Amino acid sequence: MAKPEDLRLDHVASLARIALTPDEKVRFATQLGDVLAYVAQLNEVDVSGVEPTAHAFPVVNVWAQDIAEPGLSVEDALRNAPEKRDNMFVVPKVVE
Amino acid sequence: MTYEAVIGLEVHVQLKTRSKMFTRVAAGYGHPENTLTDPVVLALPGTLPVMNKEALDKIVRAGLLLGCEIAPECKWDRKNYFYPDSPKNYQISQYDQPLCRGGFVEIELPGPARNIMGEHRRIALTRIHLEEDVGKLSHGEGASLVDFNRAGTPLMEIVSEPVIHSADEAFAYLTALKAVMIYGGISDCDMEKGQLRCDANISIRPAGDAALGTKVELKNLNSFSFVRDGIAHEVRRQVAVVGSGGKVVQETRDYDGQTGESKSLRSKEMAHDYRYFPDPDLMPVRVDEAWKESIRTGCPELPFDKQRRLQKEYGVPYTITSVLVPDRALSDFFEEAARLCGRPQAAGNWIANDLLRELGAAKLELAQSRVTPRHVAELVVLVETGAILSNAAKEVFIDMFQTGDLPDAVVARKGLRAETNPDELERWCSDAIAANPKSVADFKSGKESAINAFKGPVMRAAKGKADPKRVDETLRRLLAG
Amino acid sequence: MSEELCHSTIADLSRLLDRGGVSAVELMRAVIARTKEVDGRVGAFNSFDEADALAQAAASDERRSRSRTAGSGAPGRPLEGIPIGLKDVIAVAGQPLTASSRMLEHFVSPYDATVTRKLRDAGAICWGRLNLDEFAMGSSTENSAFRTTSNPWDLERVPGGSSGGSAAAVAAGEAIAALGSDTGGSIRQPAALCNVVGMKPTYGRVSRYGLIAFASSLDQIGPFARSVEDAACLLSAISGHDRRDSTSVDLGVPDYGAGMAALAQSGRKWRLGIPKEYFGAGLDPEVGAAVQAAIDEYRRLGCEIREVSLPHTKYAVGAYYIIATAECSSNLARYDGVRYGHRSRDATDAIDIYFKTRAEGFGPEVKRRIILGTYVLSSGYYDAFYLRAQKVRTLIRRDFLEAYKDVDAIVTPTSPTPAFRKGEKAANPLAMYLNDIYTIGVNLAGLPGISIPCGFTRGGLPIGLQVIGQPFRETELLAVAAAYEKVTDWRMRRPPL
Ligand SMILES: [Mg+2]
Ligand SMILES: [Zn+2]
Repeated sequence: MAKPEDLRLDHVASLARIALTPDEKVRFATQLGDVLAYVAQLNEVDVSGVEPTAHAFPVVNVWAQDIAEPGLSVEDALRNAPEKRDNMFVVPKVVE
Repeated sequence: MTYEAVIGLEVHVQLKTRSKMFTRVAAGYGHPENTLTDPVVLALPGTLPVMNKEALDKIVRAGLLLGCEIAPECKWDRKNYFYPDSPKNYQISQYDQPLCRGGFVEIELPGPARNIMGEHRRIALTRIHLEEDVGKLSHGEGASLVDFNRAGTPLMEIVSEPVIHSADEAFAYLTALKAVMIYGGISDCDMEKGQLRCDANISIRPAGDAALGTKVELKNLNSFSFVRDGIAHEVRRQVAVVGSGGKVVQETRDYDGQTGESKSLRSKEMAHDYRYFPDPDLMPVRVDEAWKESIRTGCPELPFDKQRRLQKEYGVPYTITSVLVPDRALSDFFEEAARLCGRPQAAGNWIANDLLRELGAAKLELAQSRVTPRHVAELVVLVETGAILSNAAKEVFIDMFQTGDLPDAVVARKGLRAETNPDELERWCSDAIAANPKSVADFKSGKESAINAFKGPVMRAAKGKADPKRVDETLRRLLAG
Repeated sequence: MSEELCHSTIADLSRLLDRGGVSAVELMRAVIARTKEVDGRVGAFNSFDEADALAQAAASDERRSRSRTAGSGAPGRPLEGIPIGLKDVIAVAGQPLTASSRMLEHFVSPYDATVTRKLRDAGAICWGRLNLDEFAMGSSTENSAFRTTSNPWDLERVPGGSSGGSAAAVAAGEAIAALGSDTGGSIRQPAALCNVVGMKPTYGRVSRYGLIAFASSLDQIGPFARSVEDAACLLSAISGHDRRDSTSVDLGVPDYGAGMAALAQSGRKWRLGIPKEYFGAGLDPEVGAAVQAAIDEYRRLGCEIREVSLPHTKYAVGAYYIIATAECSSNLARYDGVRYGHRSRDATDAIDIYFKTRAEGFGPEVKRRIILGTYVLSSGYYDAFYLRAQKVRTLIRRDFLEAYKDVDAIVTPTSPTPAFRKGEKAANPLAMYLNDIYTIGVNLAGLPGISIPCGFTRGGLPIGLQVIGQPFRETELLAVAAAYEKVTDWRMRRPPL
């Protein structure tokens, strides 16, 4: 398991799309370092041959038939939009 | 040095379903912006996905048609990345347990000529998995606009092995794949509607080398010909780079079909780390034998199998089958007509030439055609029995294409029945021979083509209602006499 | 009279409403008045819509009078006209849905959660938006972006969390019962700290559709109430398969109240397991003593008490913080300011907008967890963290299932300590995380668990007893809890407000 100092805070925050202040970086590094040191105890557990649990009570083939149902009106769809135009959501220009 | 191109294609195909992949709001194309959304599509807080059974059936069918191994059990994973067209900022996809593995697409390479069948080859597939589509971004002044109608549409990703070696092969692969999808009722694959999208991974290596070169991912190949042109362009570009002592850089490039140029997308892209993990909101899929069997039972004949059968069973030539077979409905139309009239060749000609020409001119789909297999079959019979002549038949065809009347009715309405009185035909032929002694002499001295000089006057006298074959016979008999 | 109504149980109020001793509107008015009187001090609510609540109550009275006219004579439905508070992570159409986050400060839900719809179908009144730790991340309700809820028993202390608003509202008489959500103890721990009953059903029992996701594989909605019977009543109303939640289990829902009563009648003697790992260091002596006394009470009731072992207990918190943060990092990616929610005003482009919006919209605990979760899933670390944690989860679940070969239920403290002072653990996330040490295993194993009042400290702070049941056997679990509740009167005490 990775050591706490491996927490590449800038890289990870960038993957998570969160801008951190210098102060937050210092605090998070310490706090998350503590947490990582704590979770490192999972290394003690012998998990060889153990299947991971993704669902506590797994069932398979939970699906719905392909029947179209009414959705939201355009008004409702855009009701909470921070910015809208021509029935669409507006975001600052995406540079490709 | 000669180089060999190594190409792998990643094709995304939208499945033809009524509702979306993980929610039941309608899926569709061409609707007003943001009218095909619901709380799940917009990823409103608290919403959850539920699988669409039909989409699963369709990917299993695709897998069976393409000879894939269907996974007995598979799960769903989240592919995490941020983009404004992605409502959850993760895409539900299948990472390490795709529903289908292996399989192949049978392709036909261009033949030496248009009317000669090309070589057939199998392009191996790596995998096919199911995922969901994203919304659509359009770029306006200083801002981008997002429409989520497309978001959540079931999407099948078909990944080929890197075993394609030319732009022509890539084109043939897409053509064949599209035909299979249409045959299976899996997707309409209309590239203009974004129902089929293609990315290409392209590298070059010295011919004969086994190691792969650095690959470039080419995106935005949004028509079949752009795929061909884009790949050809990229291969030339890489050969030029290497040829001038440079190195191909691993990157994603955007191909502009209008200008025929590509540019690197690398600059603006952020580092990717998709952080795949199993989606805890969805349960696994288990495909048992009974399910597979029920899908297999409904599977159609594959296009190339059908083509081989039509050629063998009906004796129709490649020139006709190569036109009919890519379109499942058209080839079914043909089979029906051939069965009704018992003259497959003639029926095939009418359909492949006249029907397609008229449909094209009228900008109609086959489904909208007023001409049915019965129309074609009856027309063929009229011609074969000599009841009408081929010029008249053309006229009948155009008429029934417009009116939907059966050939008999058109012939009666227009008075196009062939002139069958043998005495009259004999008289017209004698008159024509008598009027042209020079050509009689030419013909008798061995100039075969001289006979044509009599046919014009005969046809004029018959007002076009004489059967050319019988005119020819009669003239020869009289000239010989 | 009015305050008395506010502290009554669902069962009593239902009879009173049936008799015509009070109308739903009168009851709702009383609850509104009580809320206005005390919520300035308690801070349980993010918001409430008085007019909407009264309109729902009037509609309930209308339904009741129609069925009276129809002369059915049958008693009304148990939740008809009862004001139920909802944690502000459960969607109610037309009402705010904030998760106590700046990110969703102005968000109004266009749809009902499945539990909301079920409550409406049962005739209940959806009452108010109850405070929580932002996005349900925390154990003290101090992580709310809007207010810190106070413990009604000591306003200087936390009510626990993350469903602190739900627990405090029920304790303070601001709602007759409430719904919360429990990912690692977020119902049971605040219930313990506020002297109310709080239950987390088996994972899959209650639909999560319309519950703002924190950690999808652990989250479950459950009731807060003043008695086990009330909790059973609420659970019956909200349980059941939902075609909008693939993880909701397609099993019949028993009438928990009736099942519980039948088991009590039968005089069944329960075999109860006491896991030794839950009584070690870190357990407050007063809490330990109260729980021991409760175990003795069970023994007096004729129950068989057995020591059991849950050997992987010490790894539960670690596994939990990997799984929960990994899932939350992905679940919270949708809060990007594009379709709804907070959007930074000074973003320059479509990438920048994510960084600034999320920096401004999320509080520190949410950021910490997203970052931790992003890290454990990042390239090269998945196997070491997430996959390993999922395997440890298997072992933890196995421990429980093994124990259930010998016992019907497991009895433990709910929280190692009573309510702590505000600010006491705010600077030390790890200390805060360890608060959930007794509750987390239940979520990892997907089991049902309940916390019931079992005493007070000398300083007058409530103590909770946790009973852990077997998968989908909530009826037995409720019966075990009710057996103790019946012979004690801790739940009758009211906070000195
Ligand atoms: Mg891909
Ligand atoms: Zn894809």
